[in-house]
Amino acid sequence: MNAMHFDVVVVGGGHAGCEAAAAAARCGARTLLLTHKLDTIGEMSCNPAIGGIGKGHLVREVDALDGIMGRAADAAGIHFKLLNRSKGPAVRGPRAQADRKLYRQAVQALLAETPGLTIMAEAVEGLLPGARGVLGATGREYRAGAVVITTGTFLRGVIHIGHERHAAGRVGDAPAVGLALALEALGLPMARLKTGTPPRLDGRTIDWAALESQPGDAEPEPLSWMTHRITNRQVACGITYTSEAMHALIRANLTESAVYGGRIEGVGPRYCPSIEDKVVRFADKLRHQVFLEPEGLDDPTVYPNGISTSLPAVIQAQMVAAMPGLERAVILRPGYAIEYDHVDPRALRPTLELRDLPGLFLAGQINGTTGYEEAAAQGLMAGLNAAQRASGVEPDRVLRRDEAYAGVMLDDLTLQGVSEPYRMLTARSEYRLRLRADNAGLRLSQKGLAWGCIGRERAGAFSAFASAVAEALARARAEGATPAAFRSAGAPVNLDGRWRSVLDVLALPAMRPDVIEAMFPWLRDLAPRVREQVEAEALYGPYLERQDAELQMLSREEALAIPDGIDFAAIAGLSREMQARLAKARPATLGGATRLPGITPAAVAALAVHLRRA
Amino acid sequence: MAVLRLSGPGCGAVLDGLCRRPVPRMASLRRLRHGGLVLDQALVLWFPGPASYTGEDSAELHLHGGPAVVAAVADALVALGARPAEPGEFTRRAFLHGKLDLTAAEGVADLIEAETEAQRRQALRQLEGGLAGRYQGWAGRLARLLARQETFIEFEDEDLPEGLDAAVARDAAALRDELAAEIAGAARAEALREGLRIAILGAPNAGKSSLLNALAGREAAIVSPQAGTTRDVVEARLVIAGVPVVLADTAGLRETVDSIEAEGVRRARAQGLAAELVLAVFAADAAPDAETLALLEGGALAVVNKADLAAPAMAGIAVSARTGAGLPALRAALEAAVRARAGLSDVAGLTRPRHRAALADTIAALDALPHAGLPELRAEALRAAMRALGRLTGAVGVEAILDLVFSEFCIGK
Repeated sequence: MNAMHFDVVVVGGGHAGCEAAAAAARCGARTLLLTHKLDTIGEMSCNPAIGGIGKGHLVREVDALDGIMGRAADAAGIHFKLLNRSKGPAVRGPRAQADRKLYRQAVQALLAETPGLTIMAEAVEGLLPGARGVLGATGREYRAGAVVITTGTFLRGVIHIGHERHAAGRVGDAPAVGLALALEALGLPMARLKTGTPPRLDGRTIDWAALESQPGDAEPEPLSWMTHRITNRQVACGITYTSEAMHALIRANLTESAVYGGRIEGVGPRYCPSIEDKVVRFADKLRHQVFLEPEGLDDPTVYPNGISTSLPAVIQAQMVAAMPGLERAVILRPGYAIEYDHVDPRALRPTLELRDLPGLFLAGQINGTTGYEEAAAQGLMAGLNAAQRASGVEPDRVLRRDEAYAGVMLDDLTLQGVSEPYRMLTARSEYRLRLRADNAGLRLSQKGLAWGCIGRERAGAFSAFASAVAEALARARAEGATPAAFRSAGAPVNLDGRWRSVLDVLALPAMRPDVIEAMFPWLRDLAPRVREQVEAEALYGPYLERQDAELQMLSREEALAIPDGIDFAAIAGLSREMQARLAKARPATLGGATRLPGITPAAVAALAVHLRRA
Repeated sequence: MAVLRLSGPGCGAVLDGLCRRPVPRMASLRRLRHGGLVLDQALVLWFPGPASYTGEDSAELHLHGGPAVVAAVADALVALGARPAEPGEFTRRAFLHGKLDLTAAEGVADLIEAETEAQRRQALRQLEGGLAGRYQGWAGRLARLLARQETFIEFEDEDLPEGLDAAVARDAAALRDELAAEIAGAARAEALREGLRIAILGAPNAGKSSLLNALAGREAAIVSPQAGTTRDVVEARLVIAGVPVVLADTAGLRETVDSIEAEGVRRARAQGLAAELVLAVFAADAAPDAETLALLEGGALAVVNKADLAAPAMAGIAVSARTGAGLPALRAALEAAVRARAGLSDVAGLTRPRHRAALADTIAALDALPHAGLPELRAEALRAAMRALGRLTGAVGVEAILDLVFSEFCIGK
């Protein structure tokens, strides 16, 4: 059979794979997306929501680099909510619940219209030598300059429901054993993780009238900066609770649970505990909240968010019936726990390329993360770097920790590794006030333009926006008034004789918008998105300034690259312990070395001296 | 002698706050003054950048005083805007400014290791006993507060306890007040750490130096029949009732025209003011002098020396430093007094400027919390507080905070 030739081959059609393939193609690489099944491209295997706090930030970053997740979520969204609306803009996270089928369709449509992207269905059985492509199950060779592997939980996936267990990547899909063997043959460090999912219910058998209803926001906040209007019909979610009877049932059957019965060795995510976990660890809590999320407009499936379980199907039925409103609910598919292999991401460079096998990139859950958004952001970055590798350039597309949550994530993963499935939280960023969902475009578009991954439409819209923001900020800094003038207009300002700019007073808690707008009517004319930026700057500016010195140090340290083949043992002045720690984590920059746990200032200095010298 | 080094752009201004700035690179003798007090007579060097070790404006203070003087000067420096250096920071700055000769690069790590090691040992010394546990306790409370604040920010769609945010602000204020009280009590505690100070005061030739030697059990001070032999403060360290004590012999209290002796008398009086306990020494064979008598009103312990030469004419513990008569009674009285005073204060108090600076920064960060109008800004305040305290207790990473989040709250779907 004839071999096929591409620049970049992406294996896997999940959230990481789709972004990787689309990003590589946007950069001009002839790209192949290879997946075992075309129908499930863009499938949401777990809950039907995209975004949230931290996760919504990631989606906006993917979107700012012209990725597809945000646009697909807007096209498929049937329930939008801006989380943390009552808190400041830095921690507000947009989220959408999507119609599962519409989401798949949107992703597939966006991929179909991406120039330079070919999509084919074939299971991958192995890697070509030197990662110069992959071998399909039919024996066909797909040759490429770079390969991105995004196989999610499909590596030696094992599904557990009570005592039953079977090999699978997702219910109904076979695991990728051949590829796992190929990766294992590379000698990559692997570990085992687990995650779980709740039973799916038939919405037509739920007593919605007896339940609390939670509607979405009246004015949906889109996930993509390019979306101006949400057109889908919007639906409400239901809220129910677990009951004491249900807890008693769980306790009585704990040994039947795959996790509690000791049949699972993988480590699960702390933030997605199974209902067994919740009942055991928080025994004094009499009930737990459960969100009932419709999976689609013309699909009766409902996702009961909060009761992920690996108890036997019979018990699951009794559990569900013990919740208010679900007395007669029918389970369409039981919940399960899934164990899978992941690669220790410390084997990767911050570009997501394997250190020991240039040309091979890994992205998504295979790197020990959880969540669609985390996968998408990795896929995007891997795709950008794979395109570079394929064109013969040493990949260097990296976002710093102060630039993006995507940068925080890749730094955390490739430097610190994971001990449980990694999920993004705003708490992970030391620059939280900078990394907002509302300014992702301002943070990343310049880089995106330089990398060539941003389309013309977005580039044009963005440059108009960026200059409007710059102009508004300049005006807000230049215009102002004396305290006396503010006071006489009714604005609460201390009479200390100090002139204040609009930016100085805009964020005062007692400042009423109508008062300041009466004094500076141009504020009223600002586009809402521009005004949002001015207000965030007023609110956080003083805090951000304080971090500036720290940031200068950071960028100086990040600029000092540590070559890949460096022999830490040959560096004078490094103790054996420091050598071992550095060799294990292999930081890519001096900044990375300073963030390693247990690395002493002396070791950092010795390393710096060595690098300057080299 | 101790050397304090300063580096950084603000270093000239800090130096100006202490003394007249010397000519660059010339060792000059300067009186260091702060808060209306002369802290020490020191050799001061001023190195404007870039011709300095670090490449920045730098200065060196060669101090002559003991640990208390060093601490006082260091405090003054912090008050003037300096902060204690991080481990290896001087060498690191020197390196970043390209001041280190790369041919000597191999020595750099050793240098920093030594700098770090010395600081670490110092910190360990200070963290002995109850202090370490105390700091860890505060750090633990701060971490829990931050964990709760982060929970409030990250998991709004979870079933969280009512009023979580407000409770964090309230508990942070309580912690802040505790830290502030701790700093206020720091001065006394420092004295205790250095040793509870007992000053021996009295007229010339009352036999104060003999008394010091008798109590110390060795010839710590020179004694002679001549009045005014002791011209400076002579210290002896001993342990009384399990508490380290600094016993200070001083120049006899009298008006004098001898300028050196006059300085000695001034210092004697200063010792009297600084001491936790004063032994007012009288000679049995001389009339009690007014200045020493006045000390008794301030709670000084009256000791009548030379009881072998004449019958004491006044109330007090009669002793003879020469024969040893009455010394057991004096020791017993000292033990009782030391016990009473040591019990007043917490032995595990705050000591060195490094600790105080870190605590002051922690408090300053917590002070900002009530003015922060949004949860994420309150989290910034708590993060800053954690970083400041972390300089003493070790940094607390995000994972540790997340561990607390997930152990305290039932979170996740």
